[in-house]
Amino acid sequence: MTTFKPFEAMTAEDYAAIGLRCGLEVHRQLHTPTKLFCRCPAGRYSDAYDAELLRHMRPTLSELGEYDGTALMEKRTKKHIHYRIHRDTVCTYEFDDTPPFLLCDEALDIALEIALLLRLNLVDELHISRKQYLDGSIPTGFQRTTILGTNGWIPYRGRRIGITQLGLEEDSCREVSDIGHDRVLLTDRLGTPLVEVVTDPDLRTPQELAEVGQIIRRLCVSTGKVRTGYGAARQDVNVSVRGGTRIEIKGVPQLWRIPRLVYNEARRQCALLRIRDELHRRSISADSLQHTAADVTGIMARTPFEPIRAALAAGERVACVALRGFAGLLNEPTQEHTLFAKEFSDRIRVVACLTRLPNMIHSDAATDALVGRDWQRLFRQLRAGDRDALILTWGPEEDTRTACEEIVLRAREATLGVPGDTRQALRDGTNGFERVLPGPQRMYPDTDLPPIAVRPERVARIRAGLPEYVWEQEERLRRLGLSEAAAVAVCQAGRAALLTCIVERLGVAAGTVATVLTEYLTSLRRARLEPQRLTDEELFAVFAAQVGGRLTRAGVRRAIRQLLPGGDDADATRPPVDEVFAAIGGPPPRTDELERAVADAVQASRSRRFSCLEARQRYLMGEVMRRWRTRAEGAAVWRLVCATVAAEAAKPGEPIAQRANV
Amino acid sequence: MVESSMSGYRGIGRAVLERHGAGVWSDIELEAAQGTFRGLVLPRSETADDRHIVLKLASGYNVGIAAEAVTRITVLGRREANYKLPEKQFPHSRTKPNVVLLGTGGTIASRLDYRTGAVIPAFSPGELYGSVPELAAFCNLRTESLFSVFSENMGPRQYQGLAERIAEEVAAGVDGIVIGHGTDTMHHTAAILSFMVQELPVPVVMVGSQRSADRPSSDAAINLIHAVKAAAESDIAEVMVCMFGPTSDQYGLLHRGTRVRKMHTSYRSTFRTIGDIPLGMIDAARIVYFRHDFHRRRPERSVKLNTAFEEKVTILYYYPNMKPDVVDAVVDKGYRGIVIAGTGLGHVNKPLYPALKRAVQRGVHVYMTAQTLWGYVQMYVYETGREIMELGVVPAANMLPETAYVKLCWALGQSNDPEQVKRIMLTPVCDETTAREPYNGYLVFQGAIPEVQGFLRSIKR
Repeated sequence: MTTFKPFEAMTAEDYAAIGLRCGLEVHRQLHTPTKLFCRCPAGRYSDAYDAELLRHMRPTLSELGEYDGTALMEKRTKKHIHYRIHRDTVCTYEFDDTPPFLLCDEALDIALEIALLLRLNLVDELHISRKQYLDGSIPTGFQRTTILGTNGWIPYRGRRIGITQLGLEEDSCREVSDIGHDRVLLTDRLGTPLVEVVTDPDLRTPQELAEVGQIIRRLCVSTGKVRTGYGAARQDVNVSVRGGTRIEIKGVPQLWRIPRLVYNEARRQCALLRIRDELHRRSISADSLQHTAADVTGIMARTPFEPIRAALAAGERVACVALRGFAGLLNEPTQEHTLFAKEFSDRIRVVACLTRLPNMIHSDAATDALVGRDWQRLFRQLRAGDRDALILTWGPEEDTRTACEEIVLRAREATLGVPGDTRQALRDGTNGFERVLPGPQRMYPDTDLPPIAVRPERVARIRAGLPEYVWEQEERLRRLGLSEAAAVAVCQAGRAALLTCIVERLGVAAGTVATVLTEYLTSLRRARLEPQRLTDEELFAVFAAQVGGRLTRAGVRRAIRQLLPGGDDADATRPPVDEVFAAIGGPPPRTDELERAVADAVQASRSRRFSCLEARQRYLMGEVMRRWRTRAEGAAVWRLVCATVAAEAAKPGEPIAQRANV
Repeated sequence: MVESSMSGYRGIGRAVLERHGAGVWSDIELEAAQGTFRGLVLPRSETADDRHIVLKLASGYNVGIAAEAVTRITVLGRREANYKLPEKQFPHSRTKPNVVLLGTGGTIASRLDYRTGAVIPAFSPGELYGSVPELAAFCNLRTESLFSVFSENMGPRQYQGLAERIAEEVAAGVDGIVIGHGTDTMHHTAAILSFMVQELPVPVVMVGSQRSADRPSSDAAINLIHAVKAAAESDIAEVMVCMFGPTSDQYGLLHRGTRVRKMHTSYRSTFRTIGDIPLGMIDAARIVYFRHDFHRRRPERSVKLNTAFEEKVTILYYYPNMKPDVVDAVVDKGYRGIVIAGTGLGHVNKPLYPALKRAVQRGVHVYMTAQTLWGYVQMYVYETGREIMELGVVPAANMLPETAYVKLCWALGQSNDPEQVKRIMLTPVCDETTAREPYNGYLVFQGAIPEVQGFLRSIKR
């Protein structure tokens, strides 16, 4: 079989040759004080919990009377789902003991804003739907979600990238663990409003996908009303190659991870198609597939292989499936560092809940896990020959039975090509099976909530307040003299309009403003002072105070810092700007005041020794600025210090020079 | 255009669809002021406005488009939803008990009703087996839909119909009866059936769900499994309610029909036995009996049936400053019985005294219950209570107000003689009044107390 080029060597032509198509789903949490359908606070996370609940999920019919494939798969897993509940972040709504409250208006406004920015055709009446999730990630078993608009677009390198739709929905639980039949989830994130932006599958290379993701991210952030930071945005990536299947890779937290994930998925699909062709060459089809399964616990009773020994010690069983004609295929590479065998191992792990790894070994692997004699016995027991492949798995009896069924199911899918999966993104850039790809059958109208009419007045109000497109903002900031990086940073901070206003109306240099609005505010955020609480009006007032002479350049930073008291009730104690200016500002010192200050410092410095003239000047500067920092401009003080020192040096006989020491 | 093809559409919405030759289940492309949408026209809820057309997009999402903004509709085809629960023949085994499930309209298994946007029940044995195959482990199941009403619309006709049906099923030899019922008034029905059908030889188990069966997290299937198991296997030959014990999927509780009450609008664990302990707990594997004073399963094939019911009975929920004209109005309207839910040990204010006296003199039967729900009315403790009793108001011990209401309906259906009615009311049929309140019959935990927090943290509730 042919090999696939390494990631770094792939070109756009290579991707075109395999017919790569991909699209993106960007999930971004909205910055609202409460959750989407209840009044719990959003954005508070803690691993602590006060109580646990236990639930199970059953598949139900869709509105059109069909079962969803994912739902049926999840049903086979028989998971006990344990929800951890913290009193501060969760009410009875999240764990499905209270019907939803009305949809959060603020979230709807933000989502409409983003929908307008994406040039979507807005719907006139929102219908809340239930999107089934039987993995337990939402205690109701479904996510409440609604579509705000369809068929929009964004510009990208002279093309239009189609935006399929924008949904407003509630976020799911955070997973703590998933071991065997027990899945443990934290409920604090559950219910946080988020938008889901879906692009058309218009993208042709992994890099394009990441770049478009970046554009959508910046567009969302430019509203200043979405959450930022780790976990506030997650991407799902849809990938297919010619002859393959649309595969959804879920939950990519960072955009830079996307290209490698796409590459690996493309590579996997090509590999699966080659394996299918090889199976057909061996005359194995979905109908003609032959397999046998047997409980081989007895044969393995004395194996030295530790995982099986441990299973047997725990009273578990060992089962073996023979796949006729599959010899050699399990070792076929599918992704980087990944073989076809992992497709089976993943399914066993997820569906049969055999989560302890390794959960299988197979006869293609040249490992010394089993002694040759054991393999011989297994081949004999299953009446298998050297054209066949054996897969051995172990665990509780019922689970190994499920595992054997899954192995056969997966083998049958191999004869058809690429099965429709939802896959999880792994850190090394590969992906693993998560569940069967759900279809539209999993949608169901939410009977708990009435439709919501989106009135034209509301749309008009939001349209009137739309921010400028982020790429246009950036262009404008660059024209004001900012570097590309600085322009991007200001836009990301959501302060582009403010910067323009300060530069144009106050005449402050763009670079100076940008530094304060990005680097300085970031340092405050790192100090957990939440600079996002500062309004544009407040920040404008600070710069206006500088221009008006009430604050110095250094005073600007101190004033901003003073506007952000810390502590629990920080918002209640926010001081008015004028008070802050009065406290740290005051009029600039008169010349004679400054001269006296310099003279005092000179006096105080007489007992000290300095390594050079400049060290002395710097010392004097520091002394003076300690007193006058917020009111005197540093440049003026420095000039005065230099002049004073120079004047002194010119006077012979004065002791201050201490020339011997200089 | 036939009526059904416009299901739910009125006014401009309907006019626009008609003008373009489209209807419900048409697959259309619709051009509106803001752009083009493609999807399947869905029926519209009758309670929604007439200005929007609802489409199901290919993604499965539904959206509403303003009818007046529509400029063009192209009909591309037609695709009608065919909602059908997967039906499988319910297996029959000669060794398994025979259980009948009587439906009243609750949501054990249900589907969407497009007209109202609500869910409607669907529950043939085949459908039930298709959705809850676990049931076949316990019994041979037969189902019959008696009525199709929401539980708030249950009334005397349904009570009597159910009681008679139970008697017939018992006579026909069934081993257990399950009644699917909406939860809102399940305790009223459980209480009245306890009075109407006495000396039952088999279990009669009422069951419902707090989350409709069209939700993956529904309690319907588990409740049904528990109820069917209780009907098939339990030794308790009484009218019971079988619903979730905790909100977690763990076990159900079996409540005596006269002492049970819905205590939360939406929790799964909403049904509680008040002033006593439940009969037992149940899961798919076993039944644990908490008490042994219940009527046991017997081989007899008859019941004592008495479906008397007087409708002119009311509950007056007392509040401070209640005016006597409320009582007068009830009496003047010809009511024959009043159950007061009084404060504390069974009190009302003095201004009501003359009205109550007049009521009793006019032959109205007045009984006192406690709005605290837990505890006995005890009208000797305070002078107020003695005065009220002197007016002819009869204390009903620790009977729950709703139970007292249905029992007074039942008693007045049998007699108008105050003494005889009083004898019926105060002679317990099935623990509607009890001689003693056990120490663990009143448990309403308060959050934040350290030991309760410890309990909640360690035990899945």
